[in-house]
Amino acid sequence: MIRIDAVTKRYDDGTVAVDRLSLEIPDHAITVLVGPSGCGKTTTLRMINRMVEPTEGSILLDGADIRQQPVNSLRRSMGYVIQNAGLFQHRTILDNIATVPRLLGWTKQKARGRAAELMARVGLDASLAKRYPYQLSGGQQQRVGVARALAADPPVLLMDEPFSAVDPVVRKGLQDELLRIQDELGKTIVFVTHDIDEAIKLGTMVAVLREGGRLAQFAPPAELLSAPADAFVEDFLGADRGIRRLSFFPSDALELATAPLVPLDADADRLAAAADAPYLLVTDADGRPLGWAEPGAPLDRDRLLDHGRPFRPGTDSLRTALDGAVLSPTGWAVAVDGDGRAVGVVSQQAVGEAIRAAHGRAGAEAKAAR
Amino acid sequence: MNVLNLVHAFFGDGAHWHGYDGIPTRLAEHIGYSLEALLIAAVIGLPVGLVTGHYGRGGNALALIATAGRALPSFGLLVLMVLWIGLGLLPVMIPLVVLAVPPILVTTYEAVRTVDPSPVDAARGMGMSEARVLFRVEVPVALPLILSGLRTAAVQIISTATIAAYVGLGGLGRYIIDGLYQRDYEKVVGGAALVAGLALVTLLLFWAAARVTVSRGVRRST
Repeated sequence: MIRIDAVTKRYDDGTVAVDRLSLEIPDHAITVLVGPSGCGKTTTLRMINRMVEPTEGSILLDGADIRQQPVNSLRRSMGYVIQNAGLFQHRTILDNIATVPRLLGWTKQKARGRAAELMARVGLDASLAKRYPYQLSGGQQQRVGVARALAADPPVLLMDEPFSAVDPVVRKGLQDELLRIQDELGKTIVFVTHDIDEAIKLGTMVAVLREGGRLAQFAPPAELLSAPADAFVEDFLGADRGIRRLSFFPSDALELATAPLVPLDADADRLAAAADAPYLLVTDADGRPLGWAEPGAPLDRDRLLDHGRPFRPGTDSLRTALDGAVLSPTGWAVAVDGDGRAVGVVSQQAVGEAIRAAHGRAGAEAKAAR
Repeated sequence: MNVLNLVHAFFGDGAHWHGYDGIPTRLAEHIGYSLEALLIAAVIGLPVGLVTGHYGRGGNALALIATAGRALPSFGLLVLMVLWIGLGLLPVMIPLVVLAVPPILVTTYEAVRTVDPSPVDAARGMGMSEARVLFRVEVPVALPLILSGLRTAAVQIISTATIAAYVGLGGLGRYIIDGLYQRDYEKVVGGAALVAGLALVTLLLFWAAARVTVSRGVRRST
């Protein structure tokens, strides 16, 4: 565990970047430091690998002060990923990734073998091994940056706004990839970002810092959204934190209505059975949703209303279910299974009830935890 | 008689290819002086440029030294040095080195100082020592510019080394100065052509050195 203990960083000109910050960073989890510019988040990260030395306080790694070991061996035991990747343009992709193993004295062959493994792990095609950084896109370069940081299998990974410089689509891909890699490797990751959505998506724990380097709140993302510590955190979270919090509620408790599901070739009896439903969800022969129809009218494939984006109960959150219901022209969301076959429909009202129930459960759990 | 005829006559005369005043001897002398001056200038300019560039400090002092060095007329300096030290190789080397240090020093400083800071930050963060950061990360990227500083210095030395002949030494300047005294324009033009040719060959050598030593990743991305 990394323990930041009452750390202050004051520069010679008197500016205080970090002010008596204490944090316990849990092992095998992603801890995100988030805040506006000038909140000292990057300074805090850089104090962990001693790129910046604290003025006061100490940082403990597994109980030992990080100043006890030589600075370069400390740094080699922590992966370091920065914005814009910071690749060495004169080295091939493979040799970039092999950097730290080479510093640790591995043979060239062994280091390159390890680098090739890591390329696969971060989703880089082996054909890129002999390329140079200028030949790669920004997203690919950032993957190389992550692979390079992981090369010597360090227990700790420090990531300083690693995905800020790439476009939103690529960023989402990189975030998903990081979560997948973290599922496999279980590193202790400290991740700095100014993007609260990124913090909420990636963080097991999120530390919100305010200007002047003071800690505003340190909590799991769901708690941050439900109970912001003060007006600053609430303001920083943005307007729709209620909606965003729904991402943390599962959708498996939703009661799905199956009566409105009718196949396109349904006979009169089948249609009569569904006559009470306000809308019918018409499916194809495999059970995949085609669109909505008014009850009573003949089923015509070309006159169906768009069924919107379906959600998967259990896998997707209440947020996705609500989004589906809001986007649907009928106000009903479509639930599908893993193969895309419709398993039921759910109304906005039913989603609303599920949200209230989930809030009730979360409140009771929070009370029990206290 | 035009210049080409003079050149042709000079190189066509078999007498110019033998003996202590023959082309091979004079060329070897000229290359010798030039290499020595370039080596001394590099030994002074490269380390200072690398270290100041790495730490990003001392730029103003360097600019001052460079301007002063460039403002000193080589010929004037040569005369002063001869009056002060007497005849010999040393008074010739001093103006040549003074001429060559500024381009090497200033270009190397700029080349290292302007290396993209993010790979340097990454290198430090991965646990590279300062020397490793300089030689494994900064120098490979700065190499094209560093070589261009050395190239400028080398070409300036080669053209200026002709002044060695003024103080009784050899080199290609011999042909130019003796030719002027003897009103032998064939000799003057022939000497000048040799100096120009040597400068061109030097440019070619530096181009080849860059091809061999600069990484493909750096060559293509800058």
